[in-house]
Amino acid sequence: MHEFSLVMSMLDLAEKAARADGARRISAIHLEIGALAGVVPEALAFAFDGARVGTMAADARLEVTYLPAIAYCATCQSEFELDNRFGIAVCPSCDTPSADLRQGRELQLASLEVEG
Amino acid sequence: MSGRSDVTAPDAAPAASAGAAPAAAATTDTRGSASASAAAATRDVRVSPHGTAAAPGARVVQVQKSLMAHNDGVAAANRDAFRGSLVLNVVSSPGSGKTALLERTVRELAGDLSVAIVVGDLETDNDAERLHAAGAPSVQIVTGTVCHLEAEMVARAVEQLDLHGLDVLVIENVGNLVCPAAWDLGEDLRVTMLSVTEGEDKPLKYPRIFKDADAVVINKIDIAEAVGFDRDRTLDSVRKVAPGAKVFELSARTGEGVGAWLDYLRERRRAKAVASGAGASASADPAASADPAASADAAAAASRRG
Repeated sequence: MHEFSLVMSMLDLAEKAARADGARRISAIHLEIGALAGVVPEALAFAFDGARVGTMAADARLEVTYLPAIAYCATCQSEFELDNRFGIAVCPSCDTPSADLRQGRELQLASLEVEG
Repeated sequence: MSGRSDVTAPDAAPAASAGAAPAAAATTDTRGSASASAAAATRDVRVSPHGTAAAPGARVVQVQKSLMAHNDGVAAANRDAFRGSLVLNVVSSPGSGKTALLERTVRELAGDLSVAIVVGDLETDNDAERLHAAGAPSVQIVTGTVCHLEAEMVARAVEQLDLHGLDVLVIENVGNLVCPAAWDLGEDLRVTMLSVTEGEDKPLKYPRIFKDADAVVINKIDIAEAVGFDRDRTLDSVRKVAPGAKVFELSARTGEGVGAWLDYLRERRRAKAVASGAGASASADPAASADPAASADAAAAASRRG
């Protein structure tokens, strides 16, 4: 249940950004989460429901975009998307395992919708 | 970010969970089908990153900050404070033998390298007691309900240790293969452990924590036969998920295979000393001048961890 820690960090960043913009209220929070970030959507929603009470985001929507995991094959010099949920990064062209993960670990607060 | 997130969240879908939550968690899963994502990628679909336009009266504020930014900042400060010591972050499920391996490591390195340990558990200081008895200064972090260590907890814990002249600092994370993965603690090496009783496909089930491993330790090989351990399948799983990781097969209980693990620590310690010796205080560590070849090794390690 590390999602609670993530949500606390998210709300902290969101409130700072909203205040800096002169807003009074956050109506939506948009997150980008990598496929290998280890975040469970239900746990995230649950943690958000608890943590947002009394914050500027008390009535906000939480929108999450999941980013696929992408690795780089040094042999083929090209990126490929992992076609599984197991983190197996084997190049589909040359069958070489890759340790070079280029996308998939993201835990990013992308943007907010604010009012006031 | 490489704009591969092509699908955007629909407008405020109602919450699926019970209880009339006023705001919904709309999730858009682009992992689901590789073919769908691939098709989207080939069509080069570009939708604005935050999806739907702002509602009337609302405006969009771009933030683009990592939720880990604060932790990563503290981790960087830790890394700076740890400059003189090799720092390990050891993760595994509960019962894989982290503490047993560290006890043996401390005993075998005694008189060679100084080791101190920070150990995280939900409750009790039993592990710190064990490690202290093995001869290492140890600090227990009782996390209560928190399922992982964060950089700030480690920063507070090491205030109780004398880092000066310390060769190796080991951070034994909370037994958990999911939650600790995202938290950088300021370590040089991430060590992920599993034991032969846990199933050959563990790296596939917990890919992130294995993917980020610099070293993978397979423990309890002394009972491998009794539990029908499939070594080839396990090594294949590790290789697929973490092709860059060093693999050690050992028994913390009998000591079998532990020599290679200790040699790895000595080598990494030397490499780190060379790397940090090249900075400010070259004379602080006599080992710093020992092995010029190790500096390339240190540079490689540094680039892996970023």
